[in-house]
Formats: sequence, structure tokens, C-alpha cells
Amino acid sequence: MTADHQRGSESPEIRTEAIEALLVEKGLVQSAAVDALVERYEQDIGPLRGARVVAEAWTDPAFRARLLQDGMPAIRELGFGDNTDPHVARLVVKENRDSVHNLVVCTLCSCYPWAVLGLPPAWYKSSAYRARAVREPRRLLAELGLDLSQDVEVRVWDSSAEVRYMVLPQRPEGTDGLGVEDLTALVTRDSMIGVEQL
Amino acid sequence: MNGIHDMGGMHGFGRVERRPDEALFPEAWQGRVCALVGYAMGAGLANIDAFRHAIERMPPGRYLSDGYYGRWLYALETLAEERLGGSATVERPDHVGSVVREIGREPRFAVGDAVRTWNRHPQGHTRLPGYARDRRGVVAEVHPACVYPDTNADGRGESPEYLYTVAFESRELWGEEAEVGATVYIDLFEPYLEAPE
Repeated sequence: MTADHQRGSESPEIRTEAIEALLVEKGLVQSAAVDALVERYEQDIGPLRGARVVAEAWTDPAFRARLLQDGMPAIRELGFGDNTDPHVARLVVKENRDSVHNLVVCTLCSCYPWAVLGLPPAWYKSSAYRARAVREPRRLLAELGLDLSQDVEVRVWDSSAEVRYMVLPQRPEGTDGLGVEDLTALVTRDSMIGVEQL
Repeated sequence: MNGIHDMGGMHGFGRVERRPDEALFPEAWQGRVCALVGYAMGAGLANIDAFRHAIERMPPGRYLSDGYYGRWLYALETLAEERLGGSATVERPDHVGSVVREIGREPRFAVGDAVRTWNRHPQGHTRLPGYARDRRGVVAEVHPACVYPDTNADGRGESPEYLYTVAFESRELWGEEAEVGATVYIDLFEPYLEAPE
């Protein structure tokens, strides 16, 4: 196939320039807008939004209840949930407990809760993670430094449709006196995907 | 389709490597492709299902070697070639926005219902992972009806269907070697589900 032969020989830089030129010519995009969007991604606060959501949930039981009931309206209360991922149907937040640990994956592509976590990290998009998270979550988590006791149930959420999942990690001990801002700084991206505990 | 993209359960990919200091876009073209896809889809070049299907139609070797944004670039080229060929612009823009739809019927299943996934191997786009085909589970949540990816991906229309989160015991999916105390939850459209006999 000619097109495929070309794609094999040209570098992705050249191909990107070519497709951009075509899309501009056809009136689908404007290069200045693309520049602006790339810049926005690069300055994106990404997982900070999710961290703030978690800190609010730790400190405000009524917010936590609304968040677990239906994620998208709850994060809109905090001014999040813009249309970076416009087709999404729902945001579902799953709470870790002493007896339950949640883990998020997308085995078919790499669906990820952009609205709260920004763009996904490379490991989340890797073949190894997508292949293993559903078959051997305990072994995978142990390799990543999280040894779960056998009496903790692991729940793996394979994001196979337009529902996006985020994990609400457990609040670390010894943080009773902290406010939302200090708590936000403690929350890591990986804890909201479920490969880390705080 | 039974493609390379359907990775759940595969062996041989090794360890998951986490790098704390990784750049969002290690190469400049990757950020550009990310933004181009956002704009082109926003302008109606393709809906999300057609975009995913274009990725799935890549030669399997290329799927593995091109990387995440490389796949986006490949799919963008495919869709531009198929849909922008001779025309000045997109003639029939695809719908952009939430996939939730109102439909005039009730969900067939309720929370707690036992279900079995169908054993079908469609050549086109589908969102039932291969590892969960012909498996027994329990409905954990009923979501609103959503655009049905299987038909929306190839121009057969939205034909919305109810979406369910279905819980599968690890042992049902992976047999005797399954890890204990693990449950996999998968979001599945109503046509994929049957009431067990």
C-alpha cells in the first residue's frame, strides 16, 4: 500500500507537518490554535485538580458523599470538569478502604480521567500495564512497591466505555490537623490511579 | 475486532517501568499530534469510536512500534485520507460531545442481575475485551444509555444502548491460576449481555 509505505519511510516529525498542513488547508484547524493548545497541555496542572478533589473529600464528608455518588457534578463545584474530554459520560470515583483497594486501567486503548488527572503518564499507556492489570493486579502492584495483604480485595476498573474512573485514596495517618491546601500537596497522581498508597 | 489493541491478559510485555521525571511530550511532534487530534475531531473529522477504530486497523507491528502518539498520528492520516480525499472539507461532520442519550425503553438488567457476555467476534469496532468474552458476571451499576461504539465507529449510526458496569470474579476470567480476592469491573453495552440459562 502506497500510503503505508510512505508512513514507513518518513519520520513522525515530517508526517506531523504534512498532516497539519492538510488539516489547515481543509479548514479543520488553525496552526496558531494548535500552538496555544500544545502550550496549554504543557502548562497543564494535570493531577493537581484530582489532588484537590481528594483533599476536599477528606475534609468535607458531604462533598465526599456527593463525589462518590456522581463525580462530574461534584468536581464542577470546584470549578473543574471542562471539556478537554468532551465525549465522557460519567466520572466515577472509587474509594479505597482497609478491606478494598481500587486500580484503574484501560486494556483496549488508554482511557484516563483527563478532567481530574490531565494527560496519562507513559507507564499507564504501556502494553505491560494494560496487559497485566486485569490478570495479575497483586503481582503488578507488588512490583511497583505496593504489597497488599491477602485479605484486601482488589477491584480493577477496566475503562472500556466512556465512564472515567478515579481512585479516592485513604487519608494518611497523622494528618488530622492539616487543611485542604497541605493535604492537596500530599496526594500523588499514582495514588489516584491506584498503584500507590499514601 | 480481534486485534493487537485488545491487550488485557497478554503475556510477554515484561515489567511496568515508571519514570517519575518523564516529560509530557518527550518529542515536540507528540504534543502537536495530541492537539491536532483534538481540533480535527472537534471539527467533526471523526467521532471517538471511528478514531479508536482507525487505531485498531493499524498493522499490528506498527501498533506496537509507533507508540501512543504515533498511533494517533497514524489514525489521523488514515481518517484524513478516507474522509478528506477530494473534498474541500468535512462534508458530514461527526457529532462531538457527550455520548449520553435518552432512549425510549427501560434497561433490560438491574444491579445484582447475573449476566453472561456474548461469544461473538465482530470484525469491526467493539468494546467487549476479548478476555471477558463468554464469561459470567454480575451487574454492579446501570449507567444512562450511551452511543453504541460498534455501530458509531463505521457510519452505521449512534443506535444508543444502556451501559452497565459488570463485575467478574478473577477466577471466572483467568481460571485456576487467577489471583485470589480480585474482581475486574468492565463497562459493557447491553447487546454484549445475555441472561444466563
